[in-house]
Amino acid sequence: MPAESEERAGDGGVETQEQRGASSVATNGDHLVELYKEMVFIRVFEEACSRGFKKGKVGGYMHVYIGQEAIATGFLDAYREGDRIITAYRDHPHVLLLGSDPKAVMAELYGKGTGMVKGKGGSMHLFDVEKGFMGGYGIVGGHIPLGVGMAYALRYEETDHIVQTYLGDGSMSIGYFHEAVNLAGLWGKDGMCPCLFILENNQYGMGTSVERTTAMTDLVRKFDAYGVENEKVDGMDLEAVLEVAHRAAERVRETGKPYAVEALTYRTVPHGAADFLEKYRTKDEINKWRKRDPIGLLEHKLLENGLLDQDAVEEIRNETKQTMSEVTRFAEESDEPPLEELYTDVYAGEDEYMGEK
Amino acid sequence: MPEMTYRQALKTAMAEEMERDESVLLMGEDIGVYGGTHLITDGLIDRFGPKRVIDTPIAEGGFTGAAIGMAMLGLKPIVEMMTWSFSFLASDQIIQTAAKVRYFSGGQVEVPLVVRGPNGGGVQLSAQHTHSMENLYGHFPGLKVVSPVTPADVKGMMLTAIRDPNPVVFLEAGALYGTKGEVPDGDGGVPFGKARVAREGTDVSLISYGRQVNLCLRVADRLEEEDGVSAEVIDVRSIRPLDEDTIVESVKKTHRAVAVQEQWRLFGVASETASIIQEKAFDYLDAPVIRVSGAEVPAPYARNLEVAAFPNEQQVANAARRTLYMEEK
Ligand SMILES: Cc1ncc(C[n+]2csc(CCOP(=O)(O)OP(=O)(O)O)c2C)c(N)n1
Repeated sequence: MPAESEERAGDGGVETQEQRGASSVATNGDHLVELYKEMVFIRVFEEACSRGFKKGKVGGYMHVYIGQEAIATGFLDAYREGDRIITAYRDHPHVLLLGSDPKAVMAELYGKGTGMVKGKGGSMHLFDVEKGFMGGYGIVGGHIPLGVGMAYALRYEETDHIVQTYLGDGSMSIGYFHEAVNLAGLWGKDGMCPCLFILENNQYGMGTSVERTTAMTDLVRKFDAYGVENEKVDGMDLEAVLEVAHRAAERVRETGKPYAVEALTYRTVPHGAADFLEKYRTKDEINKWRKRDPIGLLEHKLLENGLLDQDAVEEIRNETKQTMSEVTRFAEESDEPPLEELYTDVYAGEDEYMGEK
Repeated sequence: MPEMTYRQALKTAMAEEMERDESVLLMGEDIGVYGGTHLITDGLIDRFGPKRVIDTPIAEGGFTGAAIGMAMLGLKPIVEMMTWSFSFLASDQIIQTAAKVRYFSGGQVEVPLVVRGPNGGGVQLSAQHTHSMENLYGHFPGLKVVSPVTPADVKGMMLTAIRDPNPVVFLEAGALYGTKGEVPDGDGGVPFGKARVAREGTDVSLISYGRQVNLCLRVADRLEEEDGVSAEVIDVRSIRPLDEDTIVESVKKTHRAVAVQEQWRLFGVASETASIIQEKAFDYLDAPVIRVSGAEVPAPYARNLEVAAFPNEQQVANAARRTLYMEEK
């Protein structure tokens, strides 16, 4: 498969910035191999939970990240302890990449008491506050102001931590986006909003393409309206993402001002695990983008540069699958949450629960 | 005890707690330089600076969400709604995030947030600026909702609200900002979930909260004078948690109850009160519980129409008389 493809979906293709560090394959070879393994890991996790969903073991809504792996992998490589991460409901990879226990994530999807949030949130509401993961949220755009407020709090407490706020193209139409980014720009004038916005433009919100939601499809420029500087990156190219991620994170950390990066990507699977019809796009389009699969592109590079060989690739896949079957087994074998858990965690403090049981 | 207005009591509580606790900050539209639409926060920006008294753009959902984010990282923001009527735009954040995030994170976060502002009518603000929100927010587990009426309770409950690790919806009687009362010195909070017996009596319980408590007190005087009836007035003051015991105890004593609310009749706090009484004190009742509520219309503007839209002394007094099988007047 070609490392550089001309192909873009539809006519909404956004130009990508060609300023990747050309020599980084050579200099950071080992690190890239590590990140490749992480990308394979989150892909295999998504495949495993999708099977769980099809078998009826995962309930509710579940959204997977297949096709978009380079973005979270690249940006979270710039994570420093004390930073906070917040995203919407497509949240499995973010928490996994922060080093959370995949068993706890899978068990959560399976609705088990060993789940990351004790079986109370499910796929859309993963949290690992200790690891800096401030949650997955289900109201499109509703988490964006939270990320902005968290960034303010980090500066109020005089730390140099930052918040990475992930958002989808679809969320840019809701008022929250505009209200929150306006606040971020404003507070950033005083160095009080170290928030890095990562726009995961997978070109669709459910079944509605970007072109069908806004007349101004150069999405990242919407940040201009609020004085938030921004740029674009090819979200399929891990190396390009890495370069921007580190640079942008450091800039935000240093200045206390928000910054936005649009990563152009494509979800090569349905929006949610429950919809299969995909009437809104063509097989051709999906196949075109599959050729730019971020894991495939990286793998190709690593093979070309001799950092991996075919055997190593096989081994990584097999080992990951092995691990994942243990992860899945743990989720399957765990017990459901005890019924007493129904009434805990409603309130903090002494009056943990105030209602009638 | 010093005497102060409702407005001063609010400001005193917030300012004193800001002195004590660096993590407390204020946010809202025009609360800083302008001094606050209702002058609750007047002068605080000079005292605490713009990092702690944040003038926000007009974006209720956005800045309430940002405050929730701050609270999740340990700050204690107090957000002003210029009027609770604007909180419909923030209600998604208050209900969908603040109330629930602790639960859906499996207890990993707390949201020590206060959202406050004037609630209810009485100052001719008409339809879009006049609402009583207690039943709306009182419905949701995860929130605490209070509606104090005396300056003493305003100060004490605000202190409790700020210190509470949960999101608190603080409903102020906007029409009473200028009213005075004695307020104790010191940093003592008034606990939530405890109703106040505003006046003791033996013949009928008038149960209410917020501005209507003052109405009930006037009615109680009148009933005593005109009818020789001894009415007890219960100020519920905390909507969630609701002190069911005090309500039930009062009714066990008086055997009769009138529940008064400014909001519309159906699905309100008065309905809830009536329901609790029939569940827990049915055998003590000598008459059906009567609700007195606002007229089923959007809040009107003209003075006389607005007065007619909210419960008045005669309605409440007659309701009490009905529970006593006395002639209405
Ligand atoms: C306020 C709100 N409206 C509608 C929905 C239903 N919904 C869930 S995901 C989604 C699409 C969002 O697209 P985008 O932000 O681009 O994220 P993506 O799913 O592509 O990652 C919609 C409309 C919702 N969850 N919240």
